Amino acid sequence: MSQRSDPDALSRPADHIDSVEPAAPDRPTVDGGPGAASVTRPKLGPLGWLRFAWRQLTSMRTALLLLLLLAIAAVPGSLVPQRSSDPNGVTQYFTDNPDLAPVLDRFQLFDVYTSAWFSAVYLLLFLSLIGCVIPRTKHHFEALRARPPWTPARLSRLAGYTERPLVSTDDLDTPSPAASATRSAGEAIDRAAAELKRAGYRVERYDVRGEPSVSAERGYLRETGNLVFHTALLGVLVAVGIGGGFGFSGQRVVVEGQSFVNTLAAYDSFNPGRFFDDTNLDPYRLTLEELDAVYETRNQQAIGQPIDFTARVSVQGQGGAPTDATVKVNEPLRVFGTDVYLLGNGYAPTITVRNPDGDVVFTDSVPFLPQDANLTSIGVVKVPDGLDEQLGMVGFFYPTQTTLGSGAYASSYPDLVYPVLTLNVYQGDLGIDEGTPTSVYTLDPTSMEQLTGGETGVDSIELMPGDTVELPNGLGSVTFEDVSPDAGSDAAADVYSQSVSRFASFDIHDDPSQGWVLAFAVLILAGLLVSLFVPRRRMWVKAARRPDGTVVLEYAGLARGEDPGLEEAVRAFADKHAGKAQDGSAD
Amino acid sequence: MTLDEISLTLVYSAMAVYAIAFIAYAIDLARRSAVATQAADAAGSTAAPAASETAVGGAGTTVVAPPKRDAVTVAYGRSPSLRVGVALTVVAWLLHAAATVTRGIAAERVPWANMYEFALTGTLIITSVYLVVLVVSKHDLRFLGTFVTGLVLVLLGVAAVNFYVSVVPLPPALQSAWLVIHVFVATSATGFLALGFALSVVQLLQSRRETLAASAKTVKQNFLATLPDSSTLENLAYRVIIVGFILWTFTLMAGAIWAEAAWGRYWGWDTKEVWTFIIWVVYAGYIHARATRGWRGSRSAWLAIIGFSTVLFNFTVVNLFFKGLHAYSGL
Repeated sequence: MSQRSDPDALSRPADHIDSVEPAAPDRPTVDGGPGAASVTRPKLGPLGWLRFAWRQLTSMRTALLLLLLLAIAAVPGSLVPQRSSDPNGVTQYFTDNPDLAPVLDRFQLFDVYTSAWFSAVYLLLFLSLIGCVIPRTKHHFEALRARPPWTPARLSRLAGYTERPLVSTDDLDTPSPAASATRSAGEAIDRAAAELKRAGYRVERYDVRGEPSVSAERGYLRETGNLVFHTALLGVLVAVGIGGGFGFSGQRVVVEGQSFVNTLAAYDSFNPGRFFDDTNLDPYRLTLEELDAVYETRNQQAIGQPIDFTARVSVQGQGGAPTDATVKVNEPLRVFGTDVYLLGNGYAPTITVRNPDGDVVFTDSVPFLPQDANLTSIGVVKVPDGLDEQLGMVGFFYPTQTTLGSGAYASSYPDLVYPVLTLNVYQGDLGIDEGTPTSVYTLDPTSMEQLTGGETGVDSIELMPGDTVELPNGLGSVTFEDVSPDAGSDAAADVYSQSVSRFASFDIHDDPSQGWVLAFAVLILAGLLVSLFVPRRRMWVKAARRPDGTVVLEYAGLARGEDPGLEEAVRAFADKHAGKAQDGSAD
Repeated sequence: MTLDEISLTLVYSAMAVYAIAFIAYAIDLARRSAVATQAADAAGSTAAPAASETAVGGAGTTVVAPPKRDAVTVAYGRSPSLRVGVALTVVAWLLHAAATVTRGIAAERVPWANMYEFALTGTLIITSVYLVVLVVSKHDLRFLGTFVTGLVLVLLGVAAVNFYVSVVPLPPALQSAWLVIHVFVATSATGFLALGFALSVVQLLQSRRETLAASAKTVKQNFLATLPDSSTLENLAYRVIIVGFILWTFTLMAGAIWAEAAWGRYWGWDTKEVWTFIIWVVYAGYIHARATRGWRGSRSAWLAIIGFSTVLFNFTVVNLFFKGLHAYSGL
């Protein structure tokens, strides 16, 4: 192809394909000492070594190796669960591989993308990038102001070289007489310059030894795009690294009818960025009015598959009036500088516990965590006060209960068709009095006595909405409340469809870097398109005087970077400027 | 017959036609070897081999006398089997397109929402890119038909037999305009990168042959003699791959925007995100290798091959065996 060394190449690293090949073979090698092949090894002072290291780091070869290294370094993060994306998977991995996991952990394999070694690779890569981009930017600014270079003496050695007879513009039919050749040569070159200029070239007239010529260059945008692309990559890194630190993400489970106020204490879990200041939280109130879940009922292949989840909420700012809004999967609610995502939902059976005297000691809608696609759910009820001993209950909830062949219960459909709640009752010490934080979703039965279910010989408590059952040992009673608006009137066929509250699991985020990252991403794409598809090329037209006195127009081009269309472009320009070639010699 | 059943029938019909096209292309490759050998013999037996002409099986062949120690190139027209192969590819493409469209109508949405549909649409795009390149390119790339129909046949077969799922509604997570854009662009990128892979493989074979020719006296003639030289192949591969790379860049960005809306973060190193990133970096490496002295040529071709391997890995192993948020294979 037409790749050539160019004396004033684009300030690329020494081993770039477009830069001048060093004459001597004492080019430093990648793996080590300077000038491994040379006999006289130049003495390098500390500054020399620094300069040498910098040149190595900013060479194409190093950049390429770092790129490949980055690709390889990213692989382990997909093989081993990561704390950032799959914390439960990491816990499970430690359980499954008790010997291997600590070793992997020592090599930060559960935090690959924040690990020292992964960071080292990409930071070196970006350092190399900076070292490459800065001199190129400087050079590019100079090139943008410079005149196109001198017309080479012998165009015939360049790409796409073609020549056309000089024909004066006013009489196209007859070859111009020699006397007017000089005048029409100048005119032809002027016209070529004007046409090239119209085609987006920067042009410069040069007259060498009485031969008028025009030198033209175009496609500066290619280098601009390339520099924008690389700089925008840096921009993404900086925006993610610094901007991300000002954001936060938090999770909160909200049951229908309940609300949540955007304050630190209200979150179930909260991950602030490095520079996050919690006084920035705007304490708006978000109330979950209703969660609509729609499941497939007709397609036999997909019965029970979720079709739509919509959380109907109302949002109220400080001192403002509440406004209605919806949050859907794929359609987050963006309010008060935060983004609210609906990332999960489930049932929150409303359970009331009364003591033997009939006084209510516990009543709440308890979120049960879904375990499968048909929303078999597990939840825990803790009654710390009001009874002689603390009471704990582990519940299973089946929105549409069915009995398997083994006798075990299961749910056969995720909506409320035949809801059943079973409870295993524990009595004793809940282990929450010492103030150690415990999960509301698990019960530690070590210092408790199981009263129902399992191996106790007593059947688990089994309830449908509206049922009340006595607790064993005369401890009191437990009620599974029916929360239907028209509870009690069993006229409707879908009598249970509203009987149990649902909860929504909201993720609330703020990431101020997002807009920046998007802007840089757009620049990356634009820069990439321009740098890969805009050809940078030079073109020359010269009215050359042959030894016999005739004057011919010579055309030639020079590719600067990938330019598969160069020869075609030179020919097309010559055809346009001086007409098609008479013979095939131009090809 | 439901629309979906019609679609599946069309898929199997397309596979049958692809299979015959593949055979036709393979016969053409065999013929190329024969022609190249004959041409070399003819050239050897002529005292002053400026240019000798033989006509073999309707394909006009011209032997250009090689300068000493250079790989012989044999001009080669279009044999009947090659014409049949291309014609059948067009027929198969029509059936394939009809299958994809009917699947989309049956599902009342874009036909790329699960593994079977990705494969169906992805392979259609691979064939489409191949056919478009045939029309657009100055070079005759029909020889790639063996690879293209072979790859499409295998992927389509695996998809129809192992990944087929009947039409089910979209889960809420996939109900987004980005499904149309992100997945379509990703499969398009795959089409271009597949072609770049094929060209790079041929480039490596050709380059090996050229090296042998430059160092040894005799080279066994085979179909490579009728194909463009390695640097032409390299340039073609590069041009196809940069289109794929740009589409992949867009895939990555569109995916990030979608992830922000669906999962609340634009990048979270989910396994699929990791592999999308790896693919992007490998091809970025390929483009840099093309511009690095000592890496242009065979080394960069290897990177293109590794790159497409990661694409296939991402599509198959990551979808099927890795745990992640992109668990939409529908299997």
